[in-house]
Amino acid sequence: MIRIKRAHVLLAALAAALCVPAAGISAGNGLPTTIGKGEGQLNLVAWEGYTQPQWVKPFTKATGCKVNAKYAGSSDEMVTLMRSGGGSQYDMVSASGDASLRLIYGKDVQPVNVNLIPDWKNFIPALKSPPHNTIGGQHYGVSLQWGPNTLLYNTTKVKPAPASWGAIYSAKYKGKITVPDNPIQIADAALYLSKHSPSLGIKDPYELNQKQFDAAVNLLKKQKPLIKKYWALASDEIDLFKNGDAVIGATWPYQTNTLIADKVPVKDLIPSEGATGWADTWMLSAKAKHPNCSYMWLKWISTPKVQAQQAIYFGETPANPKACPIMNKLSPGSAAQYHCGASAAYFRSIKFWKTPVADCGNGQKNCMDYTQWQQAWTQLKG
Amino acid sequence: MLLLAPPLLAFGFVYLASLVALFISSFWTVNPFTTEIERIWNIDNYRTIWESGAYRSIALRTIGIAAAVTLTDAVLAFPLGYFMARIASGRSRTFLFVAVLLPLWSSYLIRVYIWRLILNEDGVLNWTLGKVGLPHIHIAYTNWAVWIVFSYVWLPFMILPVFGALERVPHSLIEASRDLGAGGFQTFRRVVLPLALPGVIAGSIFTFSLTLGDYVTPLLAGGHPGTQFIGNVVYSSVGISNNVPFAAAFASIPLVVMAVYLLIARRLGAFEAM
Repeated sequence: MIRIKRAHVLLAALAAALCVPAAGISAGNGLPTTIGKGEGQLNLVAWEGYTQPQWVKPFTKATGCKVNAKYAGSSDEMVTLMRSGGGSQYDMVSASGDASLRLIYGKDVQPVNVNLIPDWKNFIPALKSPPHNTIGGQHYGVSLQWGPNTLLYNTTKVKPAPASWGAIYSAKYKGKITVPDNPIQIADAALYLSKHSPSLGIKDPYELNQKQFDAAVNLLKKQKPLIKKYWALASDEIDLFKNGDAVIGATWPYQTNTLIADKVPVKDLIPSEGATGWADTWMLSAKAKHPNCSYMWLKWISTPKVQAQQAIYFGETPANPKACPIMNKLSPGSAAQYHCGASAAYFRSIKFWKTPVADCGNGQKNCMDYTQWQQAWTQLKG
Repeated sequence: MLLLAPPLLAFGFVYLASLVALFISSFWTVNPFTTEIERIWNIDNYRTIWESGAYRSIALRTIGIAAAVTLTDAVLAFPLGYFMARIASGRSRTFLFVAVLLPLWSSYLIRVYIWRLILNEDGVLNWTLGKVGLPHIHIAYTNWAVWIVFSYVWLPFMILPVFGALERVPHSLIEASRDLGAGGFQTFRRVVLPLALPGVIAGSIFTFSLTLGDYVTPLLAGGHPGTQFIGNVVYSSVGISNNVPFAAAFASIPLVVMAVYLLIARRLGAFEAM
């Protein structure tokens, strides 16, 4: 009996030892304190344009970690991909604020030791421990980049230039409008209504009670006959603008940059109502198979040069303001264009994506949750 | 018997077992915040599908377009199949065979994207219409586009069984019909068509089921409001909101439709023609 028990203890101890992250000696709180030798592979779930050879090739050369990236079309897809195959298929994800909390509460991601990321100290204060990736002082990832969702239009076909989001809800460009195929688009309608129907009392476009939610969905229902296509992939929207199927729509700056590079006459702007936006975090899967390469990636992606390269390629704002002078060196004027090192006031003016939950934060639990957003969106599209 | 065991086991465990798992999970639900599956028995998913006009019309649209594609392909395939089986000589028959099968050698996605280039606003179709002085048409990304693309990509799957059925019509029967005084049209209607019908039904099983289960073409060639298929709702329920139970419930619809369709097809003798 005793022998068997001992064997059990031994087995349990062995199992416990195997469970310690391979990334070095475990500290008191279970976080690694050093980065060990790379595993040679790194599997990422990322937004289109986040893993360009420009900065991935030098990373692989420096660390020996071969990067395999899977592009996701939406935050929801990212959450699903991170859960696929028991959660160990991918090491990291570039989650936006509307996915990060779901991943944390779903126990799909693990805390990281930000002290292993030297550049983290240089980040703008608002992105060091933002509520979308830091819970009770535990960091579930490292902030990456942020930016607004903008209004894109064809400068030769849309005159005068639009100044309000009203342009995508008006019949003037009927059949030439495109918006993302994404339930979070309801927040864009709510943002518009918060300025144009103040009686609804919308304060936060992600915290909507039934009445406010219905008003936003109704606005989108009225928009429905004006839509050419709900775009699912960034490349879909690029095609629509290239081929003359759409002349105005909601976009990310990435599509604008790609279209301008292809000499399509387009421009984008943040309309008078303000904009929704994203703040992305590289998060580490709870069952990551390549934790050392993951930490190396976190270090690499936070350095000023890589931050600047990605910011210019995608058209977004780096979390590390040390990247600003490098941005200007790579493309003069780009730091100001993307509000690099922006003031806290500008940062606050953008309504960053977050997961809609029933608990509105006002003590009441009468807000519409994300499942309701998703079902409303599917039914709206028809 | 020994050779038959592996495919039978695969069929039993992989296919039938997963169908059972699909059916069971359609009675579960998901946690709205973490979107984790919770194993609580309920019929809410089916109730949502039944009560929501949007899901009903998505299901009806899917079945309707699948039927329209099948009809279109049957109408296009019959004359071609007839020509290949009964009129064409050896050489031109080979040529037609290659022509029918050649598109299958290229990726399905490439063919869908090519149709996007043809149908879009500044595409080949509108360019041609403009050249001959006709007004532009705006069917890109609509259900019309979805119907055209489906009819194109599944056409070979209709032509081949129709050709097979027509080739098997014995020449002696046609001669007998003529000897008994039937004209060309009457022979076609009363001898050739009934004998070839199982081939058409066999082909329709392919075109109908392939359209019914597809979601890529509606996603790429569609996208206009009101172009979702059952497959798209299943895809977004699984791939986007991780609502596997709801997806399973919605996926039961094409399953039931196909079961009914196959029963009818069997009665019409399609399985002998395959």
